[in-house]
Amino acid sequence: MRTAPGADIGAVVKHRKTDRWGARLVVLVPYLWLGLFFLLPFLIVLKISLSRPAIAQPPYTPVLDITAGWQALKVFIGGLTVDNYSFIASDRLYLASYLKSLEVAALSTVLLLVIGFPLAYGMARAPRRWQPILFMVVVVPFWTSFLIRIYAWINVLQRDGLLNQALLALRIVDEPPGWLATDTAVYIGMVYSYLPFMVLPLYATLEQMDATLLEAAADLGCPRWKAFWLVTLPLSLPGIAAGAQLCFIPIVGEFVIPDLLGGSQSSMIGQTLWTEFFLNKDWPVASAVAVVLLCLLLVPILFYQRMQLRDLAGGL
Amino acid sequence: MQNPPDAASALSRRDCAPCSEPAKQPLLRIEEVSKSFSGAAAVEQLSLDVFEGEFFALLGPSGCGKTTLLRMLAGLEAPDSGRILLDGNDLTAVPPYRRPLNMMFQSYALFPHLKVEDNIAFGLKQDRLPAAEIAMRVAQMLALVRLEGYGKRKPHQLSGGQRQRVALARSLAKRPRILLLDEPLAALDKKLRGETQFELMSLQEQLGLTFIIVTHDQQEAMTVADRMGVMNHGRLIQVATPAEIYEQPNSRWVADFIGEVNLIEGRVLTMRADAITIASTAAAQLCATQAGSANPGDSVWVALRPEKVRISREQPEQPAENCAAGQVCGIGYLGDISIYKVRLDSGFVMKAALANMTRALERPIRSDDRVWLHWTADAAVVLTQ
Repeated sequence: MRTAPGADIGAVVKHRKTDRWGARLVVLVPYLWLGLFFLLPFLIVLKISLSRPAIAQPPYTPVLDITAGWQALKVFIGGLTVDNYSFIASDRLYLASYLKSLEVAALSTVLLLVIGFPLAYGMARAPRRWQPILFMVVVVPFWTSFLIRIYAWINVLQRDGLLNQALLALRIVDEPPGWLATDTAVYIGMVYSYLPFMVLPLYATLEQMDATLLEAAADLGCPRWKAFWLVTLPLSLPGIAAGAQLCFIPIVGEFVIPDLLGGSQSSMIGQTLWTEFFLNKDWPVASAVAVVLLCLLLVPILFYQRMQLRDLAGGL
Repeated sequence: MQNPPDAASALSRRDCAPCSEPAKQPLLRIEEVSKSFSGAAAVEQLSLDVFEGEFFALLGPSGCGKTTLLRMLAGLEAPDSGRILLDGNDLTAVPPYRRPLNMMFQSYALFPHLKVEDNIAFGLKQDRLPAAEIAMRVAQMLALVRLEGYGKRKPHQLSGGQRQRVALARSLAKRPRILLLDEPLAALDKKLRGETQFELMSLQEQLGLTFIIVTHDQQEAMTVADRMGVMNHGRLIQVATPAEIYEQPNSRWVADFIGEVNLIEGRVLTMRADAITIASTAAAQLCATQAGSANPGDSVWVALRPEKVRISREQPEQPAENCAAGQVCGIGYLGDISIYKVRLDSGFVMKAALANMTRALERPIRSDDRVWLHWTADAAVVLTQ
């Protein structure tokens, strides 16, 4: 039997069409996911941040009643307010919290970079057969619950804890210093918890770097330390950016570590948020705090994306 | 085992080549250098002199140690023993960044984050040359490799051939005493490789620099080099001009490694001043003019290049010596020439090459034809090892 040539073409076109739909569907899945679990909750939070607190269930007003029709929607929109935002702007507590969070996140990220880079570099330069083991060593803390590890740090840092015992035994200190409830403890906790998030992207970048480039640099008259600055560091910038972002953003909103290890004299924004939600039961102000936090975090994210675009254009 | 780089008989293509002046001091002297990696010897007791202005090729199969030797010259590997002298100064302990040699890497090793001009300027900046001088030299180098206008591009925006030229420009920018080239053309396609070989040669002549190239491609080595060293298992087997290596190999290994060859084992019967006769079970009596160092009764090998063996369907008129009959058992058509595999009556398979002088699609000699092979006495080389 002979098939008409037209039939074949039709089949191909049809096939392509289903292909395109398949491709669209695949692209749609993450958008659906983001829409359902990020955009929608965010819009709800945004709406709550524009509401007034109320002693009711839910604890804010106005509440949108979709069944009540057009008039109810008008009343609802008329009931929205930006008071919560002006309140946050007027009370220095919130500004201090934001600044504290940014400060802790920035300094922690720098510390993580300073500690993480040599670790990642060492891993990438280690013999091939050791690398999976070193990789495991970095990841293995995740096998224990995060909360348990932070409680363990309380044990280590308390006045008669392991750290002070060691310091006393080594005669570095005469009097055991108090570690807990200080910023130092917060930084220790941050660096400890977020180190893998800094090391792994750095390792991935450094491991891919062609060692011949360093030989070429040496051949062209560049001593090793200088080759590090001129070749290794610029080429690991994408890893540094990825690691810094993976650490900085969650640290800004971190709640558990400052709450368990830090002092009460100044709280990070995560703690303020918690207080507003659970102690003051002021959902509208808490939501406004969360929305401002998100906007703050958009800055480094957009910065990173711009850099990535530039790299794509410039081609690293 | 190494021939002196002089020899009145040298078939040097360039009469002005400094290597033909025996009194001249070598620019680079490698003295009994050895290097092993975790017990396995890569280079063993290797000595070599390279002269100013020479284009020297190190040729050998992969794993023969040629790249290791080059890396030791660049200072990227330290020899276990031996010395490397440049202009009479010991270079062995000098770190790579202080050696007046530059290397062009097989992978090119261009810095991906730097523009073409910054790649070329990299070495010059290390020397803290003034900016104007650097800019001038970068422009010179770009012109030299015909990449004007490409200075602002990043390496990934260039084709493979262009990247290769950037790598060449970068390694030449510092005007090294010796340019080391590690398989510089391996990543190019065949046609581009051929063109680039001639560009390299004219560049070397134009700049008057000394080039040492490492390659596993014998055609490449023979094309570009004034002199070449054939390496195997970390040792130099023969050092000579390409023509000498091809026409007068010093061992079976070299004869077999370079080009196609028929190796016929035999025993020396008689020796006269101008000729040596050899008995062999493979073919009839063999006669050669180059005696080598053989004595009557010695077991020797006769090396015979296929293009020096004549093949015909008629029996030659003087069949006594250097003639054998057989049956064609395979034909390789290569376009310019055809290779005929002939099974001699003794069972020995010999190769003969014939230039395809006509455009006829049907060749006069076909498979299973009965043919005669014969060659002149001066076509064969007698090898004792």
